[in-house]
Amino acid sequence: MTAKPGHNSFDPTDSRKRCMKYRKRILDISQNVSALHAAGAFSCMELTDTCYHGLMRPDGQDTFLMSKGHGCMAQYVILEDRGVLEKKHLDEYCTPHGILGAHPDYGNPGIEASTGSLGHGMAMAVGMAVAERNKAGGAADAGAVYCVLSDGEVQEGSTWEAFMMASTLGLTNLVALIDNNDFQSLGRTSETHPSFYPLDEKLEAFGWETVIVNGHDADAVYSAVASRKGGKPFCLIGRTTKGKGVSYMENVPIWHYRSPSPDEYKQALAELKEIAS
Amino acid sequence: MRNTFAEVLYDLAKDDPRIHIVVADISPAGSMGKFREEFPERFINVGVAEQAMIGICAGLALKGMRPFAYTIATFSLYRPFEMVRDDLGYQNLPVTVVGIGGGVIYSTLGGTHYAQEDIAIAGAIPNMSIIAPCDPVEATEATKWLVNREGGGPVYFRFGKAGEPTLTGPDSDPWEFGKLRYLRKGEDVAVLSYGVVTKMAAEVADALTADGNSVSLAVCHTLKPLDTEGIANLLRRHKRVIVVEEHAPQGGLAPQTKQIAWDIRAECDLHTFTLKDEFVHCYGSHEDILAAHGLSTERILATVRT
Repeated sequence: MTAKPGHNSFDPTDSRKRCMKYRKRILDISQNVSALHAAGAFSCMELTDTCYHGLMRPDGQDTFLMSKGHGCMAQYVILEDRGVLEKKHLDEYCTPHGILGAHPDYGNPGIEASTGSLGHGMAMAVGMAVAERNKAGGAADAGAVYCVLSDGEVQEGSTWEAFMMASTLGLTNLVALIDNNDFQSLGRTSETHPSFYPLDEKLEAFGWETVIVNGHDADAVYSAVASRKGGKPFCLIGRTTKGKGVSYMENVPIWHYRSPSPDEYKQALAELKEIAS
Repeated sequence: MRNTFAEVLYDLAKDDPRIHIVVADISPAGSMGKFREEFPERFINVGVAEQAMIGICAGLALKGMRPFAYTIATFSLYRPFEMVRDDLGYQNLPVTVVGIGGGVIYSTLGGTHYAQEDIAIAGAIPNMSIIAPCDPVEATEATKWLVNREGGGPVYFRFGKAGEPTLTGPDSDPWEFGKLRYLRKGEDVAVLSYGVVTKMAAEVADALTADGNSVSLAVCHTLKPLDTEGIANLLRRHKRVIVVEEHAPQGGLAPQTKQIAWDIRAECDLHTFTLKDEFVHCYGSHEDILAAHGLSTERILATVRT
């Protein structure tokens, strides 16, 4: 009962155009507030776009869960583009009269779970996938759950509890996408915690099917998920760059949270281009 | 009490596919075993992984299910606390967190297994309700309510273990969520309690009745939202009120009753008996551990009779 992706006609060219537009929109919003998690959103932009525009079926039966809650700008701009959120919701981001904050809040349009504290999303995704399977009576077309995780939150023990349960429960309608930008607050993970890797082998030992692809290559992401063998929960480890698309943000930890100044904003806009891979 | 709960849940689950039970490696004795055999797709054992237990319950509830997380109280509430707070409280989901052996019931297992401050901790979480039945009949009533209620948020369901006597009867007020109930009504003295230790409260009430007093016995099975009006009326209607509580002195029924007494300028005498703010390093029967905390029928009577 491996869930099939929704759009047989997923076009990576369109995805590249969209992701450039989304990055620009995030930069625009950044000028209204002192801080937003632009770098983390840029890092998972293609992963999130591929879920919404490629993998999830269009009739709403599949679920997207942004476990790395600080990446929610990537989700907000897509939800705006799809008409789920309104322009004013994003224009009022992090203001007292708005509804959107720096982490997803359950109850807001298009937001399926509240996240922000790391290590919570995977277990909720497991519970959702069980519920979808039971509602469908175990049928092959049960609602699928797509969960984007940061690599940092894969350090949480709770995430491994949930990984163990996903395979134990045989959740073939569950897809995890790890935004593996190899950066966390205190530096490059491969240097600060080398034994964190290899990630794919650890997950396979926990009963998952895995693949490692370039997480900024929407075509590769889509194809890897669509062509998975199935029979197990599936994890795509996307190699990504934190701050992808803006040179001074890439792999510089301060951009985890900071908003660009007006000059930096102009430079970022000038630099933005479609990311081929 | 836990067997009654499992039996009721099993019966309700036959007609209600929303009911899911997520346990953390606790033996599915009695009717829990029947549930597991008959509804395997709705019975999840996460193993010794309580954070996953709460997160999975949240995910189930986000998709319209009625999950029950089920293990020993310290492990259902304390170990996965942030999941209880964020996943259940913040999202306001109808998940029941069952804490078996609330208080110091696991009397030979030591402090790691005592949930002696659970009411204070659960009660501090916005949206969280707390129910602590005093006997298997109250556990049945509460379980039915938990399944059939419309909407609603998370509930911490503080349980006993097994073998609790039935304290409620046909003369008791009906069970209603959020309402204090009288098991018997008198004029002079009121003994107020909840949970398994209500047995001790009933013994105190019996002894004071034998002394010639007209004694009420009331249980406050819903600790949150607290029946402030019901407690205020109890304080107004009696000359002497005795609160017996198997919980730390902070954040439970006793200090909240004192607060209500102050707010309404109550004129009654008010005695509260709780666990100590201590870890006791002592092993024995449930009664032995309660006594080590200063909770015994004899001590309460010795204090209130003077």
